[in-house]
Amino acid sequence: MINAGLVEKLKKQASHMRINALKLANASGNNAAHVGPGLSIIEILAVLYGHTMNVSSKNLLDEGRDRFILSKEHGVLAYYTALYENGIITEEDLASFMKTGSAFLGHPVMNRKKGIEFTSGSLGMGLSLAMGVAIGLKRKQLSNHVYVLLGDGESNEGSIWEGFLSAPHFKLDNLTVIIDRNGIQLGGKTNDILPMNHLEKVLEEMGWAVYTVDGHDVEALINVFDSISNKPKLIIANTIKGKGVSFMEHNIDWHHAVLTDKLFNEAIEEQVKENE
Amino acid sequence: MNNTLKNHKMLARLGQRGTFGMVMLEKAKENEDLLVITADVSIPAGLDRYRKQYPDKFIDVGIAEQNMIGIAAGLASEGFDVYTTTYAPFHTLRCLEQIRMDIGEMKHPVRMIGLSSGVVLGMIGNMHCSFEDIAVIRAIPNITIISPADSFELVKVLEALDNYPNPVYLRLTSGAPSPIIYKEDYNFEIGKTISVKNGEDIAIFATGSIISEAIKAAELLELEGIKAEVINVHTIRPLDIEGIKRVIKDKKLLVSMEEHVIAGGVGSAISEAIALEVKKPPHLMLGLPSDYSKAGIYEEMLDHYGLTAKKVAKSIKETLNNI
Repeated sequence: MINAGLVEKLKKQASHMRINALKLANASGNNAAHVGPGLSIIEILAVLYGHTMNVSSKNLLDEGRDRFILSKEHGVLAYYTALYENGIITEEDLASFMKTGSAFLGHPVMNRKKGIEFTSGSLGMGLSLAMGVAIGLKRKQLSNHVYVLLGDGESNEGSIWEGFLSAPHFKLDNLTVIIDRNGIQLGGKTNDILPMNHLEKVLEEMGWAVYTVDGHDVEALINVFDSISNKPKLIIANTIKGKGVSFMEHNIDWHHAVLTDKLFNEAIEEQVKENE
Repeated sequence: MNNTLKNHKMLARLGQRGTFGMVMLEKAKENEDLLVITADVSIPAGLDRYRKQYPDKFIDVGIAEQNMIGIAAGLASEGFDVYTTTYAPFHTLRCLEQIRMDIGEMKHPVRMIGLSSGVVLGMIGNMHCSFEDIAVIRAIPNITIISPADSFELVKVLEALDNYPNPVYLRLTSGAPSPIIYKEDYNFEIGKTISVKNGEDIAIFATGSIISEAIKAAELLELEGIKAEVINVHTIRPLDIEGIKRVIKDKKLLVSMEEHVIAGGVGSAISEAIALEVKKPPHLMLGLPSDYSKAGIYEEMLDHYGLTAKKVAKSIKETLNNI
C-alpha cells in the first residue's frame, strides 16, 4: 500500500513543476520552447526525482548515485524543473534557461555538478550511453540503477533498436527505459509517420520486462518503478502531449511554440483551478 | 614492454592489426579497468587470443557501431579504459554523430582503433577503404588523431596512451607484413614529429605506413643529388606546428604525403598551420583526389594514386623543375 502522503507530495511537486515549466516557456519569449514534450513527462520525472532515484544535491558526484539520462532531450522543461524542485539546481540556474552562455540551454549539456549526466540533443543516443553506464556499474559491483527516458518518436532511430537488442543480451537488470508514448512527433502523429504497433509484444520477445502504465498516474508510476525485475525494464508510459493545459493537449502546434503572455495567463489560471 | 613487443621483424609480420592484439594482451595483464569493445570485428583486430583469454575485459556489441560508441562513452565516463575496434570506415563514418557528441563534445576518453585505413583493402572495393577518416575526425574538436608509421611505433603509441587524458582516434594502416621504419627503440611522444631521414633540400612529411614509400623516394632522389628530409607526422592532432616550421625553414619544397584524400588530410592540416608564415616553400600535396574512382590491389592502387616511391620522386622532380 502506497503512503497517501507520498502520492500527495509528488502530485504537488508535479504541479509546481508544471507551473515552472510554463513560466520558463513564457520567459523564453519569441525563441519558443518545447512545451508539449516537456509537459507529457512531468509526472514521470516528479516520481523519479521525488521518490524512486537516489539522487540529491549531496551525492551528485558519488559513484553510488542513481543515474538519469534524458534521451528525448526536448523534454528539458520537465528535467530542469524536476532538478529545481528537488534542490539540485537553484532559482538562478532555472532563470538562465536558454540565455546565451547558460548551462541550461534548450537541450541539456553535461554538467555533473548540476545533475545533468550527459549532453543530449540529437535523438537516439541516450540508450547506448545508459547501457555503457549500466555495464560499468555492474562491473564495479554497485547496486545503483540507471534510468533513461526515450520519446516514442525517438524510437524510430536505428540506434535505439541496437540498444533494444543488446540490453537484454547483456542482462542489464540495473537499467530501466521509459518510453514517453505521447503519440505525436515533430511532423505529425506517430501512427501516421512511422507506426510502432505491437511495441510491447516485440520488446517482450526481445527479452525486456515490459510494463504499460498511465504516465500521468503518480501512484501507478511509483508502483512500476518500485517493482523488481531480473531483466532490463521497459516502461511504456502512455501520456498526453501538452498535458495539463487544455489548449495544448494532443495539439501538435505545441511541440515547439511561443507561449505569449495572454496564453501563459490562461494556462496558469487552469493550473490554479486544478489545484483548488 | 615484453621482448616479443621489441621484435620489430615479428611485429612487421603481424602488421598493425595483429600488433594491436598483441599489445592488448599485455595491457590486460595489469590493467583492471581495461575494456575492449568491438562491433563484430575482433579477429581482424588481432583480438582472437585476447577475447578467449580475457572474456571479462571484452565486449562484442554485434554489428552496431552507433551502439558501440555510446556504450564505450558510457563506460569511459565511469572511469574505464575503453578501446573500440572495427574497420576504419565503419568506425568513423557510420557512427560519426555519436563520436561528435559522446566523444568530441563530452570528451569521454575512448580510444577508437580504426582498422585497415587507407586503401589497403582496395581489392574488396571503395566501401572498405578509408580515405576520409582524418578529415571527418579533424572536423570534430577534442579528439587526438594518431597514425603510426609501423607496427613498432604502434606499440609505442599504445604505451603512451596509458593515462593519456584525451579521446583518441588511432588510424591503423597497411596490411601484413607491414613495412619496417624503426629497427630499434627510440623516443616517442604524442604530438612531436620525428625526422626519420636527414636532408637539406626538401622536406617530405608523411603519416602512417606510407612513410616507407617516402623514405624510398628520398633514396631515389638522393641518387640524383636531391637531398630530402623525411618527417614522420604520427600525430595529426595536436599537430607539431613548431617542429614543422623548424624543418621547412630553409627548404626549397615542402611535400606532404598521405593515404587519404587531400581535402582535410595531413597536408591540409600542415598548410592551415603555416598559412600565415611569410617565408615558406611551395607545398606539393600528395594524396588521393576527391573521387571514388576504381579500386583494386593495394600496390596497384598506390601506383594509380601516385604514392609509390618512383612516382613520388618523379612528382617532386617535376615540381622542383617548375619552381
